[in-house]
Amino acid sequence: MEKRVTFGRWTIGILFAVPQLILIFTFFYWPAGQAVYWSLTLQQPWGGGNIWVGLDNFRSILANADYWNSITASMIFAGISTGLAMIIALVLAALTDRQLAGSWLYRVVLIWPYGIAAPALALAFRFILAPEAGFMAVVNKVWPGFWDPGLDGTDAMASVIIAFSWKYVGYNFIFFLAALQAIPRSLIEAAAMDGSGVIRRFWDIQFPLITPTIFFLLVINITESFQDSFGIVDIMTAGGPANATNLMVYKIYSDGFKGLDYSGAAAQSIILMLLIIALTIVQFRFIERRVHYR
Amino acid sequence: MVERTPILNFFTHLILFAGFVFCVAPFVIVAIAASHNLKDVNDVPMSLLPGSDFWVNIKTAWTTADLGPKLLNSFIMAFGVAAGKVIISALTAFSIVYFRYPGRMLIFWLIFITLMLPLEVRIVPTYAVVTNVLEPYQTIMDLTGLSWLIEKISGVQVQLSLGLLNSYSGLILPLIATATGTFLYRQFFLTVPDELTEAARMDGAGALRFFVDILLPLSRNNMAALGTIMFLWAWNQYLWPLLITTDQSHAMAVTELKQLIPNVGGAPEWHIAMAGTLIVMLPPMIVVVLMQRWFVRGLIATEK
Repeated sequence: MEKRVTFGRWTIGILFAVPQLILIFTFFYWPAGQAVYWSLTLQQPWGGGNIWVGLDNFRSILANADYWNSITASMIFAGISTGLAMIIALVLAALTDRQLAGSWLYRVVLIWPYGIAAPALALAFRFILAPEAGFMAVVNKVWPGFWDPGLDGTDAMASVIIAFSWKYVGYNFIFFLAALQAIPRSLIEAAAMDGSGVIRRFWDIQFPLITPTIFFLLVINITESFQDSFGIVDIMTAGGPANATNLMVYKIYSDGFKGLDYSGAAAQSIILMLLIIALTIVQFRFIERRVHYR
Repeated sequence: MVERTPILNFFTHLILFAGFVFCVAPFVIVAIAASHNLKDVNDVPMSLLPGSDFWVNIKTAWTTADLGPKLLNSFIMAFGVAAGKVIISALTAFSIVYFRYPGRMLIFWLIFITLMLPLEVRIVPTYAVVTNVLEPYQTIMDLTGLSWLIEKISGVQVQLSLGLLNSYSGLILPLIATATGTFLYRQFFLTVPDELTEAARMDGAGALRFFVDILLPLSRNNMAALGTIMFLWAWNQYLWPLLITTDQSHAMAVTELKQLIPNVGGAPEWHIAMAGTLIVMLPPMIVVVLMQRWFVRGLIATEK
């Protein structure tokens, strides 16, 4: 949509956009271009600039079992935590939307976890899920050796998934509730008059009407699971044990800054970028359908 | 409520209450663990009755991780990011919505694309830029022959260098370089009636006057929402501060948490760790509770 009334003097107009343009050029486009350049070159160990190696960096990454392990771990993490966070949030939102007495309390409280920094909640969950103290210790007392995220990769993955889902239930809840409350009340009442029960109304009226929100949240949750997981992984497991929780962003960080392999890290960044761009394009199609200007 | 469904209502309350417990329990456990001493916190099962060492632990955590200056750093950074976003996005959105100039759509898309790639994904090259922010300009001048020209004419060799590691600008600026707020403002500006602009222009207001005296006061709700979201988002940043602040005096509260993880082999000082967690959690919690309305509105409107 365009404005009918605008201001002449377009030179002034461009000036307003200059600060942001400088910022995104310096801190977005240049680094993104740099990443492409690095991914296609190799830094020489004795200095003297980069040499062109074409797609060799990508080839060596894709031939690396560690990298595939990292992709698999990221996919498992993204899939399970997104599923958990969304299903729990949808159930809670649908029930809150019934507006029984006291539902305001849930509207207020359920969003709280989203305000917490990922590393802070990670430390909290590291204690809560610690095998020797905290609460899983009780389970370990009954079945010795049942739970040890420090040694068992599956347990470690489960811990990071729990911590991440806990944070994103609140986020998803807010969006689901907003979407549910946007559905005209008369629609629900008409269906009730026709004799359909609460569950029938949910599947036949509410669920179809909030599918755009579901798609939107699906993409956001997956993208966030790639980025926001870094703090959780770094505090809870540091990628271990035996790389079981070495998610993609964590691997980029450890290869680039610990291993000082800029070219390899850049190539990994490019792959992750392409993945996220693909997801965003999918999302954009659904957002377009949702946004209405007056 | 449309009909009477006592059984379903019972289960609704039950499930919602379970959700409530699921949300609140970690906070409660952290607070209780922070009040125990070393022995009690490692008891299996840990007692859910608060212990008596709460303030002692808070004090220990505060001094161990040196949280005073770290919290101040976090505040400066979060406030800087929020303020920068609120101002810069408003300027850009005004330019995109209220002017017609060649390349306007190009600028729109250039900004829109930044939504796609979060900082975490392009972390390595962004870090390299921050070690010398003028490097892009140096390279451009070298490639275009501009620096050669300047050297020929004035005899001065062009060496642009400005490192931003361990500085507030290095922390803040890259976090502002995204499109989040711009589209929030744009959407709002598009709903501002044209008649208002017409009236302002008839009264002789120029672009700047209209922006400052009419558009900004109207956007107050947007500013509150965007400011709240951005403050929390910046406060909760972890990877970026971890890389940029190699110097202890610039470290953030959130990155400092790592100091509190009990080491393997050392005493399992979970009570101190939980006290530290509580301190770091508290400021964003206060913001969420006090600014709930703006927080929720901002969350839904920015659609990150």
